Amino acid sequence: MKLTVEGLNSHYGPAHILFDIGFEVGEGEVVALLGRNGAGKSTTFRSIVGLVAQRSGRIMFEGKDVTARPTHEIVRGGLGYVPEERRIFTDLTVEENLAVGRQPKRANAPYWTREKLFALFPNLSEMRNRPGGRMSGGEQQMLTIARTLMGNPTLVLLDEPSEGLSPKIVEQMVDAILTMKKEGVSIVVSEQNLHFARLISDRAYIIERGRICFGGTMAELDARPDIRDAHLSL
Amino acid sequence: MAFYVVQFLTGLASAASLFLVASGLSIIFGVTRIVNFAHGAFYMIGAYIAFTLTDRFAGAFGFWGGIVAAALTVALIGVLVEMVLLRRIYHAPELFQLLATFGLTLMVEDLVVLIWGPDDLLGRRAPGFKGAVDFFGQNIPSYDLFLIVLGPVVLGILWLLFQRTRWGVLVRAATQDRDMVSALGVNQKWLFTSVFAVGVFLAALGGALQIPRDAVHHAMDLRIIVEVFVVVVIGGLGSIVGAFVAAVLVSELNAFGILIFPKISIILVFLVMAAVLIVRPWGLFGRPEAPARKTPGLTVNPWRPLTSNERLAALAALVVAAMLPLLAGNYALTVGSEIAIFVIFAVSLHFLMSVGGLASFGHAAYFGLGAYGVAFLAKMAGLPMIVCLLVGPLLGCLGAAVFGFFAVQLSGVYFAMLTLAFAQIVWSIAFQWVSVTGGDNGILGIWPEKWAASPSHFYWLALGVAAIVTVALRIAVFSPFGYALRATRDSALRSEAIGINAKRIQWTAFVIAGTTAGIGGALFAYLKGSVFPDNLGISLSVDALVMVLLGGVETVSGAVVGAIVYKALNIWLVSQTDLSKLVLGGFIVLIVVVFPKGIVGMLEMLAQRRRNASPPGSALLAKPIESAE
Repeated sequence: MKLTVEGLNSHYGPAHILFDIGFEVGEGEVVALLGRNGAGKSTTFRSIVGLVAQRSGRIMFEGKDVTARPTHEIVRGGLGYVPEERRIFTDLTVEENLAVGRQPKRANAPYWTREKLFALFPNLSEMRNRPGGRMSGGEQQMLTIARTLMGNPTLVLLDEPSEGLSPKIVEQMVDAILTMKKEGVSIVVSEQNLHFARLISDRAYIIERGRICFGGTMAELDARPDIRDAHLSL
Repeated sequence: MAFYVVQFLTGLASAASLFLVASGLSIIFGVTRIVNFAHGAFYMIGAYIAFTLTDRFAGAFGFWGGIVAAALTVALIGVLVEMVLLRRIYHAPELFQLLATFGLTLMVEDLVVLIWGPDDLLGRRAPGFKGAVDFFGQNIPSYDLFLIVLGPVVLGILWLLFQRTRWGVLVRAATQDRDMVSALGVNQKWLFTSVFAVGVFLAALGGALQIPRDAVHHAMDLRIIVEVFVVVVIGGLGSIVGAFVAAVLVSELNAFGILIFPKISIILVFLVMAAVLIVRPWGLFGRPEAPARKTPGLTVNPWRPLTSNERLAALAALVVAAMLPLLAGNYALTVGSEIAIFVIFAVSLHFLMSVGGLASFGHAAYFGLGAYGVAFLAKMAGLPMIVCLLVGPLLGCLGAAVFGFFAVQLSGVYFAMLTLAFAQIVWSIAFQWVSVTGGDNGILGIWPEKWAASPSHFYWLALGVAAIVTVALRIAVFSPFGYALRATRDSALRSEAIGINAKRIQWTAFVIAGTTAGIGGALFAYLKGSVFPDNLGISLSVDALVMVLLGGVETVSGAVVGAIVYKALNIWLVSQTDLSKLVLGGFIVLIVVVFPKGIVGMLEMLAQRRRNASPPGSALLAKPIESAE
């Protein structure tokens, strides 16, 4: 397994957010983490990369227990994280944003150069010296993914990549994710949009109120409209 | 004309060092979010070490090498401080960080006296820049010209460092979003350490470069840090260009202020700072801060008024305290009066800090103003004591109303820096305006009238006033005004959204706290029979902060307990050792690192644990302390 999460519990102060979260991601797989707003998707990702201080459980990445490692070591090990809020450095130019993400070449992962990323996201190549604060939401979303890919991750946690984007940009996003998959990057993508998830994912987990309540292939999920309606539709 | 040009150039030369120190402070703040109070101390150590090195090694190489080596040595000390101390408190509230670095400053002040002695040291002149340049009959030291060139050169180097190196890009990224930087695989720890090293290097270089111009002495840290605070408030914290522009502005104002108001030149800087704050509260080149991080008080268990048993216990404690004259001698009673006065001072700061969430680093200004108010009334107008005691604190009220108006426009560290700068300005006026305040000699001979003259009578007076003030402020905490104030502390935005005028509430709290401190000051003037500029000095402001912290910033009764314990300890300590600053500084650092909840906070926590573990009623531990109210 690429990534195994077992018995993950997280707290913000006195509030208990995640309850015994567990899921697995195989080598080269795209796994969707589905759930409504506030279900705990982002907290799950933040907990995996160590940005939530109060957490317990076990996180195995490429066979190593990384639970107790600090964030930067987890990421340097090849586990990339793309936050939901994008968190572009607004004062830095596109190229400088990419430079922050740069990590050395990794043997078991595709090697991303700036030029390769500009080919993946052509919009970005036209604004290399533009400050991140003067970009549209879709451009920022591309930049935040490109920035994480600069670290040559073997697995990427993608938090709601389609949120708030126009249909045209969403299409580009689907292409980009499929390209990443083809290059051999494993991906966990959190989504509210089942349609989007279906286009890219092999398997899916559903999270509701901080608990995993379903796990299976996309076909298995389609066979259970009751689950879909209970946990995903509005 | 030539004279004014020379004056202008002198100002520019002074700006160089100020810029170095201020830019260092700004860089460190940008990334670590710590306002490094110890920056002035690093500046001072830089000067001392440079003095020693340039003194020992001859020649041009010895001089310039010594300057650079001094700055590097201090940077190394900075790295040590960062790794041992600051790493432990990055997640603490801002107030604790300011206090910890202030504790360091105190320790350094005693240490440099231990190592280099108390006398001013005159450094070597810079080889190659010993002479002066003739400018239309006016002399300009050539070293000043060197400094004038150096300032922009350093600015340029810093610009290249931040724009053209990966390290600079990482630092700029971390200034905006530290967590994201580490989520991209960058080791924050070393980034912080390296940033701290660069910032300290700049401060120490600023100090080292001063030795051909000024004597090296053990009070230069506070002088520079106050100017630096003014510079970063004007220029905008976190902006290097802002630091440069503001350093030039402040230095020029100082250079020309001497010509306009020779006695109180600092007024001019103050006026400019006030003007900038009204127009751009975040400084000329700064940007509006995101809502402040955790303020002290946020983790409080909801406060509750005392139960009737606790009220009885508090009353009993007061009665016991009032019986002291039956047991103790005159010295103990004088100490008792002083402690009672400091209880007033501490509860006034506690009201502002814990209830209002506004940590003032210059609260002594209002204490001292109250004392000076009494002195003016008693000595100049010859009014009776009762009138003086009632009217004198109004000077503190007035000062708080004026300065508070500006201060509450800001929050968090800006608020702390601004209040410190205001206090320092008041101190300078008291120190420099000799014809009115007597300057360093103070105003003497303010003795209480007959009815309050005996130590026991004065003690009862002080104790009574302290009790009234404490009860009054406590009532205010649980009044609608207190609720509104606590709401602005916990979330200014949300409280404005329900119709509270946050700024006005905070301003009112500032005035209440200032007036109360003034009452303490008024009594203090009669206790000591004199007033001095030290009555509004920084060290007194910090005493108050430590009292509140020691008692527990998140508790209602902490200030009272903290004041009693701290003052008693302090009086004892001063009688025991010459190195009181060293001990006190170490003590502050210790509280911040291991004991952040204070005495009452600790006891409450223990009581809470016992209450959870065993049936109610066994929480006896908390009572003796709570009853001190």
